[in-house]
Amino acid sequence: MSAIEVQALFKSFGPIKAVDGLDFSIKAGSTTALLGGNGAGKTTTLSMLLGLLLPTSGSITVLGEDMVRHRYRVLPRMNFSSPYVDLPHRLSVRQNLKVYGGLYGVERLADRIAELTAELELGEFIDRPAGKLSAGQKTRVALAKALLNKPDLLLLDEPTASLDPDTADWVRGWFHSYQRATGATIVLASHNMTEVERMCDHVLMMKQGRIVDQGSPADLIARFGRASMEEVFLDIARDRRRGEER
Amino acid sequence: MSLSSRRIQAMCLRHLYILKGSWPRLLEMAYWPAVNMVVWGFTNRFFAEHSTWVAQAGGILIGAVLLWDVMFRGNLGVALSFLEEMWSRNLGHLSVSPLRPHELVVSMLTMSLIRTVIGVLPAALLAIPLYHYSIFTLGLPLVAFWFCLMVSGWAMGLAVSALVLRFGLGAESLAWVLIFAMAPLAGIYYPISTLPAWLQPVAWALPPAHVFEGMRAVVFEGTMRLDLLASALALNAVYLALGAGLFLWAWHGARVRGALLNVGE
Repeated sequence: MSAIEVQALFKSFGPIKAVDGLDFSIKAGSTTALLGGNGAGKTTTLSMLLGLLLPTSGSITVLGEDMVRHRYRVLPRMNFSSPYVDLPHRLSVRQNLKVYGGLYGVERLADRIAELTAELELGEFIDRPAGKLSAGQKTRVALAKALLNKPDLLLLDEPTASLDPDTADWVRGWFHSYQRATGATIVLASHNMTEVERMCDHVLMMKQGRIVDQGSPADLIARFGRASMEEVFLDIARDRRRGEER
Repeated sequence: MSLSSRRIQAMCLRHLYILKGSWPRLLEMAYWPAVNMVVWGFTNRFFAEHSTWVAQAGGILIGAVLLWDVMFRGNLGVALSFLEEMWSRNLGHLSVSPLRPHELVVSMLTMSLIRTVIGVLPAALLAIPLYHYSIFTLGLPLVAFWFCLMVSGWAMGLAVSALVLRFGLGAESLAWVLIFAMAPLAGIYYPISTLPAWLQPVAWALPPAHVFEGMRAVVFEGTMRLDLLASALALNAVYLALGAGLFLWAWHGARVRGALLNVGE
């Protein structure tokens, strides 16, 4: 069963084609990466999956609902995290979680916040303003906000950008255990190939708004005759044929 | 069109947390209306001694400035609630939450009401011991005037928010300045008949002109002009619909352009 179905998806900004005819589906319960260089169309695609950006044409079905027409039916079952979108800085972590819990209609909100505080170790800074946290603490808070409503679909834009390797590893581990516990679908855009190899079942390789290849990380590595996803990425980015020397 | 009181409450809570956490903000909200009232209080006292028109109705200028502040604060309350989301780069998270744009609008209007009461009420109370003038002696008409001017401020605040959403934070100063374009035409301190004949129809097309004429009718003649109230309400309905429509149109445009994810400072 598919969590996401995308058909003939186009998005243009004036003369620029940011997304140029995407067709793909994402299996429920999987972790899928959107990979590609800067300007490949990953963030544009992610924004359209969230309903934040309207497509020029094409259809997007998320958790069985048409995302263009009925996004509000499905938004309570989704969530999103990005290091590039902040939570209100002047509000404390607890206040932010209370506000977003209200927006997502979380039942027994105080219990849920207590649960996340314990699991994500937020206790030390739960009453501190969100703007006064370190990058690692902010990531944990963003994660708590993203998991408040126990989403069936989690969309992540570069979830470990600007984190030290230890915190990044902890975050990846957390997503993995959340998925195992809930069977949620995770879609992420990332530039971190180690992360993709470790977390993802499926990879959509994008270039100039199109999907140029796809498969599991192991499949892609084998098909390109390379040792890692990073080398596969470079092959695609630099238009090298499979197995061609660098 | 569904409207969730829980989501609206959550948005109001978000702004109330900010107010609660910052006494300088609370002070600032009450400061300008109070200073304005004090200045116009002395002006009123001077004119009361030198103008038969002002002398006929004690405190007319103080009442006018307090009511003008209702409209100004109403506008600012809406625009600042929206600007706060842009300054904190929070619009992306809000846009992917189940919060509908019209619920965001209702929360902005609710916060505007709260901010206006916090801003204008202390000035109105201060006028009583300072100038022996109580705007509350207007009685029930005061509620009608307050409501009409507040709605006019809301319409303007929504239009300003739409412009900021469309043109970015470079347009944020409009929240403070745009409403003053209406001030000369609103007849705050003088009757509309003072304006040149060609300008009077323009003034009558604005709800505040009807409200301030109505206020003068109450103060000078002791009569509540229901015709003026009805026209103010009808015009307000049109302007509020236009303001809300403009905001929702700008919101839709931002979704087409992809402007919701990366707006901010």
